[in-house]
Order: sequence, then C-alpha cells, then structure tokens
Amino acid sequence: MVRDRQIVGRQGGVRMDAAVDTKMRAGWQHDLYDLLRRHGITQFGYVPDAGHSILIDRSLADPEVHSIGLTTEEEGVALVAGADLGGARAVLLMQSSGVGNCINMLSLIKGARFPFLTLVSMRGDFGEGNPWQFPMGQATQPVLEAMGVICLRIDRPEEVIATVSAALTMVFKSGQSVAVLLGQKLIGAKPF
Amino acid sequence: MPTLNMTSTMARAAAPGFVLERSEAVPALIGRHEDFLFIAGLGGTARDVGAVTGDGAHVYSLGGAMGAACMMGLGLALARPDKRVLVVTGDGELLMNIGALATIAVIDPKNLAILCVDNGHYGETGWQKSHTSLGVDLEQMAIGAGIKRTRTVAAQPDLADGARLLREGNGTSFVVVRVKLTEPAEFKRNFDASLCRDRFRAALQ
Repeated sequence: MVRDRQIVGRQGGVRMDAAVDTKMRAGWQHDLYDLLRRHGITQFGYVPDAGHSILIDRSLADPEVHSIGLTTEEEGVALVAGADLGGARAVLLMQSSGVGNCINMLSLIKGARFPFLTLVSMRGDFGEGNPWQFPMGQATQPVLEAMGVICLRIDRPEEVIATVSAALTMVFKSGQSVAVLLGQKLIGAKPF
Repeated sequence: MPTLNMTSTMARAAAPGFVLERSEAVPALIGRHEDFLFIAGLGGTARDVGAVTGDGAHVYSLGGAMGAACMMGLGLALARPDKRVLVVTGDGELLMNIGALATIAVIDPKNLAILCVDNGHYGETGWQKSHTSLGVDLEQMAIGAGIKRTRTVAAQPDLADGARLLREGNGTSFVVVRVKLTEPAEFKRNFDASLCRDRFRAALQ
C-alpha cells in the first residue's frame, strides 16, 4: 500500500506524530474495506475523491476485485446494476457532488429494484471552506431520498463499521438502495 | 413514449453512408443469439434485440435510464467472465454517456462487445438528427477512448467481419453499423424492469 509506505517512511523524522495520527484516523477506512470484502463486494466503481483514497488504493492492490475508475458517477450506477444481473456485488464510491450526476440513472435502481450501495464522502458540509461545494452538498440527502435511496449518515469513526454493516444487510438481504453519507466531521473538512 | 412521426420526409433524409437495412444487418451481426448475454438500449435497439431473441431471459433491455447500456454491460461482463456479453445500443443512447467508452477501454474485458446501431437520428422522438448525422464519428471516438478492436459496418460486405469482431475474445470490441432511417422491428417487449431483472438472474443460475 502506497499510503502506508509513505507513513512508515516518515516515522524517523519530525513528521512522526502527524503520521501516527493520520494512520489512526485512517484505521476505520481499512476496517471498512475489509468489511466490504467480507460481504462479497468484488466491483469497486469510483470517481476519485480524497475521502475514499484508502478504499480506492486497497481495491487497486487487491487481485480479487475489479477496481473501476469512472468518468462520471452515473456510470457507476449502471455498473452496479450490471454486476447484479451477473450475480456479483458492487459498490459505488463518490463525493457528494457526484450524487447530482446520478439522478436520472437512479431510475434504473428504483424501477428495477436493483440492490444498490453507495458510500458518499460529503463536501459542502460541516466546516467546508469552499463555497462552491454547498449547493450540491446541502442537496445531497434530499436528492437521494427523492429517488428512493435510504440515507444513513456517519459523523464519528466508531459508527463506521456498525452503520455500513447495517447498510450491507439492508442492500443485499432486503434489496434496498442505501447511501452511507460520510460526513465532514468524520473525514475532515477541506479548508479550500 | 412519443409516437413516431413518419410524415416529414425532410426530417428523415439520411446522411450519406447510412444504407443498410437494420432488420437484416442487426440479426446478421448477432448471429446465434444464444451465445450472448444482452444489454439492449432504449427504443429501437430494444425492439431489434427483442425480435432476434424473442425477448429471451438472456436479454436486459432499457426502457429509460438513457446512457446506462454500456456500463451495465461492463458490470455484467466482469461479473460473468465465463459468458460473452453484447451491448446493442443506438447512437443517441451511446452519445449520452460516451465517456463510458473510456472507462471500458481501460478495463478492456475480453468478454464484452458493443454494437451501436447508428441511424444518425433520434427515432423515438420525431427523427431529429443526432450528432452522427452532423459529423461525429463514433468509431473514431471509440478509438480515441482506447478501444483497440473497432469497425464501422456501412455496407453488406462488411457484415461478416463485424460479426466476427463481436465474437472475438481478445478484448473489448466496438462495432458501429450504419443503417437507414427505417423502423426498428415490430416487437412488444416486457417493460417491467424488476420482472426482467429477476428473469435474467434466474436464467443465469
């Protein structure tokens, strides 16, 4: 893992405290990847986002999954549906701004009752420093709910595993569509 | 769905090179349909594939969610590397999410093929010209996206080569077939998206 190596490389220097802190804060992301794999997720579709960087890197390094970079988030909605037709499980990783790109494509999920799991890293949320992020960030949950997607929000690291476990059950046992919103209290607000 | 407006001959003037009859060209390119799992685009191509397969359980056709076909094909192809997946879609549906060609080229699954039935028009909505009547070349876009096996089928002698490419297992292939402005096959397919999902999944197990 590239990111781990970077952290290890800094341990002898003055950045050690920051590196350890980063690793502790990132711990839930590794646990989250392991949880998704234990539940049989084999396709990871994403538009890159800092909030998902560890999940993306883990999927790229995992020979047993397909890691699929998308040009726009709506591609990922269709990818998830196609995977389901073939009996596989997929997850869509995106930033809240990408939710807006998915709206009509979610017709596919609602109309055909495809199981659908997405993890959404929030922008335009708690402590956001870029005003451009607010319109879509604040509309993310209402837009998802308007298209029939259940939203579960996480603001604290200790809630991640329990909440995503609940989402996995709702999606793959009950056939629902669920978005887990990773709030900026959890992933950190961007100052730009 | 809008009804077809057949009265305006001006609107239906074909661009040069759109000469093949879709009712002959599409079945010729598909060949033995049982060899594929299908994702079919909206409108015309769903009817074409419905007619070829009898709306079989190995077909999932869109009735909305325009722009989904190619990426559904990718998800399905990755899920079932033991099966050959054929996406059959129109020029308008493909153009709506043309970036999917770039995403697919990067992954390049061996068992995925895309057949674009290009009549240069939006047939469902009143035969307005699409970009492919106005200079856009979908094969060149696929090449630019990085898809290595591409063809444009514009005349009868090209059909056999196009059909072969759709069945080759060396990587994702992309075939554009240019067709006349004629009606797609008369076929009334099932529009229940959920039922068709269940039917597709059950038939695969």
